[in-house]
Amino acid sequence: MSAPAFNRREFTAGLGAIVVAFSLDPKLARGQERLPGSLQTNRRLDGWIRINADGTAIIFTGKVELGQGILTALAQIAAEELDLPLSRIKMISGDTGQTPNEGQTAGSQSIENSGTALRMAAAEVRAILVDLAAKRLGLAADQLTVADGAIAAPDGRKVGYGDLNPDLDREASAKASPKPPAAHKIVGKSISRLDIPAKVTGGAAFVQDMRLPGMLHGRVVRPPRYGSKLDSVDEAAAKAMPGVVAVVRDGSFLGVVAEREEQAINARAALLKSAKWTLGPELPDPARLFDVIKSLPSKDATIGVKEGAAPANARTFEAVYTKPYMAHASIGPSCAVAEFKDGKMTVWTHSQGVFPLRAELAKALKMQIAALRCVHVEGSGCYGHNGADDVAVDAALLARALPGRPVRLQWMRDDEFGWEPYGPAMVMRAKAALGGDGKIADWDYEVWSNTHSTRPQSTDGTNVLAAWYLAEPQKMGPPTSPPQPAGGGDRNAIPLYDFPRQRVIHHFVQDMPIRVSALRTLGAYANVFALESFMDELAAAAGVDPIAFRLAHLNDPRARAVIEAVAKKARWAAGEKGDGTRGRGIGFAKYKNLACYVAVVAEVEVDRGSGMVRVPHAVAAVDAGLIINPDGLTSQIEGGIVQSVSWTLKEQVRFDQSGILTRDWASYPILTMPEAPKVEVELINRPNERPLGAGEGSQGPAVAAVANAFANATGKRIRDLPLNAARVKAALT
Amino acid sequence: MAINFTVNGKAASTDAPPTTPLLWVIREDLKLTGTKFGCGTGLCGACMVHIDGRRAFSCQTQISEMAGKAVTTIEGLSADSSHPLQKAWLAEQVPQCGYCQSGQIMSAADLLKHNPKPTRDQIVEHMSTNICRCGTYQRIVRAVERAAREA
Repeated sequence: MSAPAFNRREFTAGLGAIVVAFSLDPKLARGQERLPGSLQTNRRLDGWIRINADGTAIIFTGKVELGQGILTALAQIAAEELDLPLSRIKMISGDTGQTPNEGQTAGSQSIENSGTALRMAAAEVRAILVDLAAKRLGLAADQLTVADGAIAAPDGRKVGYGDLNPDLDREASAKASPKPPAAHKIVGKSISRLDIPAKVTGGAAFVQDMRLPGMLHGRVVRPPRYGSKLDSVDEAAAKAMPGVVAVVRDGSFLGVVAEREEQAINARAALLKSAKWTLGPELPDPARLFDVIKSLPSKDATIGVKEGAAPANARTFEAVYTKPYMAHASIGPSCAVAEFKDGKMTVWTHSQGVFPLRAELAKALKMQIAALRCVHVEGSGCYGHNGADDVAVDAALLARALPGRPVRLQWMRDDEFGWEPYGPAMVMRAKAALGGDGKIADWDYEVWSNTHSTRPQSTDGTNVLAAWYLAEPQKMGPPTSPPQPAGGGDRNAIPLYDFPRQRVIHHFVQDMPIRVSALRTLGAYANVFALESFMDELAAAAGVDPIAFRLAHLNDPRARAVIEAVAKKARWAAGEKGDGTRGRGIGFAKYKNLACYVAVVAEVEVDRGSGMVRVPHAVAAVDAGLIINPDGLTSQIEGGIVQSVSWTLKEQVRFDQSGILTRDWASYPILTMPEAPKVEVELINRPNERPLGAGEGSQGPAVAAVANAFANATGKRIRDLPLNAARVKAALT
Repeated sequence: MAINFTVNGKAASTDAPPTTPLLWVIREDLKLTGTKFGCGTGLCGACMVHIDGRRAFSCQTQISEMAGKAVTTIEGLSADSSHPLQKAWLAEQVPQCGYCQSGQIMSAADLLKHNPKPTRDQIVEHMSTNICRCGTYQRIVRAVERAAREA
């Protein structure tokens, strides 16, 4: 099989800001051959793979484990191509001192970028090892066989990888062919995740569990709302409390360090009580939020234009959909450990991008990059840009005040809910014309949204919370949005359907009255909700079954295949109608219009009295190209659907003009086990297609399926998320 | 005054102030970090332990209540994944990020101790004290059913 092809537009769109940074890298000479995946930006073979004298291999990746199983999947890819058993593979990931820089672990791109790089690099290393063995054995390479890390001659002589000492300090050529899928023995198998054993025994699995010699505990004290200034605080009283080692203040940044964790928590409470603030600007009135968003200055881009003929005698339809701010809501508040020693700062972090974080630390601390090292250690799941990077900077600011003593800092629950950057609120307006043939003749769609990334290095300013509150405050630069086809707020705003005429406008709203950034799927969740809801509304207007209606507008064979597969698995009956309290609906998307195809059929039960909606059951069909680990893929789709049902039925960040009101699980409830759907997943393996990430593939289709099921059950359409009891009751009366 | 109790069958003692939550004594004095801080208000279940054989939120239990009591943490189920629930959690590949899973397993262990053959509805109702953000609920149910079957 030849190397997976990447076209340049797709590749650069996927990597966003990171590629911009690399294109300035003097080492990347013009005209240098494009290498596949992340080999393009990390071209040395020994940056990815080392073969040890004991016959084991160390695999380096810039991608990090977030609970999505990526290190297991990457180990499978490397083991497969190296012909080494998994037990002889050691993974090292996300360490600015050791691993390739692969930017953020985000956007369901790790399998595509790191996986592709490792696949090609491992195939090349194996070829180098075979050549070395051939010389040693005095035979031609094609006379040798390779198994379990040993190379054998026909006469029975054997050389182990550990005896060959290959020189991998060279640029990858990407000329070695990876194995054909039919030869795979490890890829495609549901290998047990490498990270799970420590997670079921209470082993040290997380940065929250790190215990370094002499380690202290920190907490931060944040203001009542954004942009407030610290006027005064009783530092002396806090310093006199049991165990307190230091109170650290820099402008309006305030933190405390103590010997024990609960002592830091107590001191934080005292500081919170005595702190006097000049409050920052009021937040928008939540009752007018969506008008406010539409009225703020925006940069408008028209995308996805198709200039078909204007329809005559068509019926026109219009609908407006909204999505509130949503929180990442990690179960474990964000945490980091920092140590400042001999002028060097080491930060252990669950950031999704240790290299971008290092760049922000350099700005915030005014330190040289060379004096900073960021090492990834797993944390609680993040689902995008949560407090991980911010808490790392907080910890470093505290550690800098106490050289030689590691400081472990975990946010409190209210820090996490109150200060994390939320997934932005969005407004989507869809218009369409339905022709006499019952097909869509014109499509007109607009989306209003803030940026979906204020991550480290996403702007030319400083993109971490603490830096904005220092005595010499730093600022974020102007927000950016990844270009199409991946997009940000406009992710999945362009329909995959084959409409003869269409126009999509992305109103990229510049001002951010509430802090926002990347939440799993960026704009795709809301755009697929709107687009797929509107498809159902149009299907109903046309008097056509929603699945038949979609297929009538869809040529992409892989898209059709997942829709047909989910219809079959769910035993969809054309034209099926709900009975007032129960119903089913479908949602479909090709994530980013670039990645995995997912179709979901969801079932809802509506309690018309209480307004409560339940989703007892969902069925999904998934095409993620070549499947690396079927159970891992299934687990990602199951979890994605459950999380999406939680977003869809329950979630919105509460705020008023005085500030953020969401501070705990009571003010931000998420789906509990009794509310969770049973999820069935059908995988469509495509061994000859490139493997695609799927961590973000199911959320858009799931919200649409639930919204469409509600409409199917009740005959009423809810266009504002979430589908909570108040909305349902209002819709049904 | 020191408070004496047992943790995972071993004698433990702490001089922490009486209002200190048990969670911090477990994590700070005993260095058992399998029990997690999640919310500090008994709303997430990440801190779940057993006290005298029943589950309890360790963030909501003051150390002053602990004299003479027996605490079991995730580390006390087994260190080698030999407990039927740990085996089931591995077999079903339950965790994604895993941060809530110590608490989930401790809640499930409490259920099976008192109801070795629970129905699916009983499992779901019992486990409603523990939230999971990754969406592993259905695998948790499967794992509890498996442990009940294979124990």
